[in-house]
Amino acid sequence: MSSETSWPLWEVFTQGNAGEPFEHAGSLHATDAEHALQNARDVYARRGEAVNLWVVPSSAITASAPSDAGPFFEPGNDKAYRHPQFYKVPQGIRVF
Amino acid sequence: MTQTTVPQEDPALLAAFEARIAAGESIEPKDWMPERYRKQLTRMMAQHAHSEIVGMLPEGNWITRAPSLRRKMSLIAKVQDEAGHGLYIYCGTETLGVDRHDLFNQLLDGSAKYSSIFNYPTLSWADMGVIGWFVDGAAIVNQTVLAKASYGPYARAMVRICKEENFHKRQGFEICATLAKGTPAQKEMLQDAVNRFWWPSLMMFGPSDKDSPNSAELLKWRVKRKTNDELRQRFVNLTVPQAQAIGVTLPDPDLRYDAATKNWEFGEIDWSEFWDVVKGNGPCNVERLEARNAAHDAGRWVREAALAHAAKNARSVSAA
Amino acid sequence: MAAHEEEEGGVAAGEAKSGVGTVAGPRQAPLAAPLVEYLLRLGDDRLILGHRMSEWTGHGPILEEDIATANIALDLIGQAAQLLKLAGEVEGKGRTEDTLAYFRDGVQFRNCLLVELPKGDFGDTMVRQFLFDAHSVLLWEALAGCGHAGIAGIAAKALKEDKYHLRHSSEWVVRLGDGTEESRARVQRSLDRLWKYTAELFAADEIDDAVAALGVRVDAAGLRARWDAMVNEVLARATLTRPAEGAAQRGGRRGRHTEHLGHLLATMQSVARAHPGATW
Repeated sequence: MSSETSWPLWEVFTQGNAGEPFEHAGSLHATDAEHALQNARDVYARRGEAVNLWVVPSSAITASAPSDAGPFFEPGNDKAYRHPQFYKVPQGIRVF
Repeated sequence: MTQTTVPQEDPALLAAFEARIAAGESIEPKDWMPERYRKQLTRMMAQHAHSEIVGMLPEGNWITRAPSLRRKMSLIAKVQDEAGHGLYIYCGTETLGVDRHDLFNQLLDGSAKYSSIFNYPTLSWADMGVIGWFVDGAAIVNQTVLAKASYGPYARAMVRICKEENFHKRQGFEICATLAKGTPAQKEMLQDAVNRFWWPSLMMFGPSDKDSPNSAELLKWRVKRKTNDELRQRFVNLTVPQAQAIGVTLPDPDLRYDAATKNWEFGEIDWSEFWDVVKGNGPCNVERLEARNAAHDAGRWVREAALAHAAKNARSVSAA
Repeated sequence: MAAHEEEEGGVAAGEAKSGVGTVAGPRQAPLAAPLVEYLLRLGDDRLILGHRMSEWTGHGPILEEDIATANIALDLIGQAAQLLKLAGEVEGKGRTEDTLAYFRDGVQFRNCLLVELPKGDFGDTMVRQFLFDAHSVLLWEALAGCGHAGIAGIAAKALKEDKYHLRHSSEWVVRLGDGTEESRARVQRSLDRLWKYTAELFAADEIDDAVAALGVRVDAAGLRARWDAMVNEVLARATLTRPAEGAAQRGGRRGRHTEHLGHLLATMQSVARAHPGATW
């Protein structure tokens, strides 16, 4: 077996409709950005799933670690005042 | 991949991991996981991905002979999806730190396993219908439960795949239903394909639970959700009424409905045939691997050229 | 443009026996109505090229490319189905796109020779696709605004598809040309071998004149000039040398094909022809 170098891995993000957020669709291999974009179009948008694509080298992504979960995310869970349900509105009045 | 002996896991971490599984949480790539879990997942996902890739060959065999333009396009699109599904699942294994290239090499050198069904030849156009109906039907039964597997990237790939595969089964059944209403020769062609693919399709679910060494652990960790026998029975129950609807017979004289269990009981599977095919002695094992190797070897200069070109461009960009 | 040779050969004096039909015939078999011929040319080009491209499905150099080439094959066969359907309707003899695809013999096919050549290696396939795509994009641009609503509609949709094909194929020509030494040598050879088949893409004849009168007008000279510019630009990026113009190979538009087409059709039509009248 030859020691062939693999093509780099890319992460693909698709926007389903104009104005919507980009979502992670999956990954693929490609040699450069234009190539990754073309492959993403063929692999992840062949059923018309996207109106826009982002491709990012997988190596460029920095992810939070599982050990970060506590300090990163749990403090956000008890800040009820960030959510609209926290606030009382007199009955019969429509606030937006 | 180097296979080392299974390390002793930290009992506290293992307990926490199993608690998460029990709570129905999904495990993500960077989460702690027992080495056995990582290995079992890699093995299962690789087998699944290889099956998609090798599975392109028996159907690809009829792309150039599809008897109408509509059928030709459906078949190309279906085989194309199989490439996509292989790709999605390989990407899932890459999150476990396994390079697709390494897995691919295991497929090419014959050391990896893939679904035994793809080692059977496709001999007539009706096989395209019956593969869609049986083989994709079986795959859907399998994958619908895998979409709830504990490993996040695998489960997510399965959700996408299940969505896409619905069309595969429908197009297969449509081909069969059309042949069933067709000329005597078409009906004969269909029945022959059914006869050839029925038993190998039942074997697709793998050995009986009592002979499936990995099943218990896979179930405990929710890598699998149902046993091989449960899934096989579900497939038979779904398929028998479909066969009745289009008027083909299934090649099993013991097939009968059990009103008590509400199951279609079926005859004994010839496991010696199954193990023969798994061990590399099926009708097309050699041809399938040769075809994959030929494509890989013929493509090497292309893959190398694309890398070399990208490297040149990167240099000229950084020099500018 | 060369005038069509319309010699209705008379009976050569002294050789015909009275009472026996004439042995002298026209130099060329008669063609169908111009619009039908024109649509068959467009449709057959895409059917045969799509078929060739579909041969890659499952055998490509990398998984991502299996998916890409299948997309191209699907687009081309889809275009062919529409064009042949329209050809059948215009002809008015009840032939469908499937009858036209599966129940004509090689000499009745009207595709250019370029598209029927075997797929060769990946470089051959990409160079051929690039040469064809560049022409096709320009042709659809012209036809999208033509005076025949059916053709204009097909052209507008096909143009979008082929613009992507062109982007895909030209990037591969550049990658392979400006890749490794081996890849450069291979695609230069592909280009040299295929070049003599490109002239047929531009060869206009009385069919083109006749459909122009119906509003299906393409400025052949302008199209050629723009094709040259596109091809030159990509070949320069690919560090490939444009071959000199030599003797051209053509004949497909009148059913004079290479030997390859017969084998392609023997495969493609085998199931359909074994069961005439069957529904699939």
